[in-house]
Amino acid sequence: MMTNVGNRVTQGQFSFLPPLTDKQISAQIKYALKNGWAIGVEYTDDPHPRNTYWEMFGNPMFDLKDPAGILSEINDCRKTYPNHYIRVTAFNSTRGVESPTMSYIVNRPKNEPGFRLDRQETDGRCVRYTIHSYATDKPEAERY
Amino acid sequence: MKNPELLTPDNSSVDLDAEFRNSNIKEVLDKLDLELIGLKPVKTRIRETAALLLVDRVRKKLDMTAGAPSLHMSFTGNPGTGKTTVALRMSEILHRLGYVREGHLVSVTRDDLVGQYIGHTAPKTKEVLKKAMGGVLFIDEAYYLYKPENERDYGAESIEILLQTMENNRDDLVVILAGYKDRMEKFFRSNPGMRSRIAHHIDFPDYSADELVAIAKLMLAAQNYRFSPEGEVAFGEYIHLRMKMDHFANARSVRNALDRARLRQANRLFKGARKNLSRIDLMTIEAEDIRASRVFQEGAVDLDGDEGANENPPAS
Repeated sequence: MMTNVGNRVTQGQFSFLPPLTDKQISAQIKYALKNGWAIGVEYTDDPHPRNTYWEMFGNPMFDLKDPAGILSEINDCRKTYPNHYIRVTAFNSTRGVESPTMSYIVNRPKNEPGFRLDRQETDGRCVRYTIHSYATDKPEAERY
Repeated sequence: MKNPELLTPDNSSVDLDAEFRNSNIKEVLDKLDLELIGLKPVKTRIRETAALLLVDRVRKKLDMTAGAPSLHMSFTGNPGTGKTTVALRMSEILHRLGYVREGHLVSVTRDDLVGQYIGHTAPKTKEVLKKAMGGVLFIDEAYYLYKPENERDYGAESIEILLQTMENNRDDLVVILAGYKDRMEKFFRSNPGMRSRIAHHIDFPDYSADELVAIAKLMLAAQNYRFSPEGEVAFGEYIHLRMKMDHFANARSVRNALDRARLRQANRLFKGARKNLSRIDLMTIEAEDIRASRVFQEGAVDLDGDEGANENPPAS
């Protein structure tokens, strides 16, 4: 994958940029708070792009005024899962929208082995393609 | 300090006056003087705090760092002496001085911090703390947090988390504890960690009778009412009598008395022969509205602050 050096998982916002600093994360949280979105911290060790629902770290946070509280929650999560993917999501509860409006990774494993392409030959000359994360060869919680 | 030449005076200077003007803090302090009657020691303390923060800010401009001062406070005083009002004002002052980022006030009591079963307290307290970050956390009647007679009470857990956050997130939030003086003393004695982490202990004195009348006038003005000259005299007498009774709650008693006077005024106007009322009639509280109070009846000792609505006058 020439565009993605080092097998970095690129999903969500800012994923092609260098890792966000705490100050930058605070600024992003502040933007979400300004819009009245609820913020959640989630983690996982399965980087497959179809793995949509990550584990929540604590409850989503409503009615906050200042990013400091959320940043401390993120740091708690980083301490607990230093080698997992951690993302911050902002949920817009406006009627008719009711979906995440922001999502960005704030922590990733030191070593990301990346994905391999599997080709499955089926009936006739048909080939099915799928991607497989090397990390998921190991059982959960031992992957990174 | 390791670096002595840092402390030697040089030529750089900073205009303290300009800094003071830019912070708009004067406006808040003036408002404090105007709207809060009396409370001399409290105002002095707030001025000192404001000065410290201002000088700190100027020092920072000249690269003299001293670490953020700890601004956790404890407000002690009798009921109705303005603790909550001052706490609100405090958050505004701290915000103007840039000490807290958002300047909102989160007012909580024991119920909001302490959970009902094991494992319920910590998340509850943490959530409140998160909400208060960037502002001021005001814990009313803080001594209820600690109940020494029940060793399985979860209050202690809440205090522990509070202490930890007060120490580690000093620049994220300011905690203000409030309560009656004697009980707060007891609370601090049994929680020495709490006492040492609170740098500012501010005691709210009781109001004098004159101050209470001034407060009453201010409260009335805010609701577009006013005393007639006789009414003011009557209220002065009322306050003197009321202060001697039990359960006198300073400004809160004044507010209740005024609410009842408004009731009587409305009744008087309604029953009066004249149905054609002027603006002045509608906003004036007369002496008779005050004097109808039970407080003026001889020997009436008011225990529950309802001016003896359903009580028999005691023998004395």
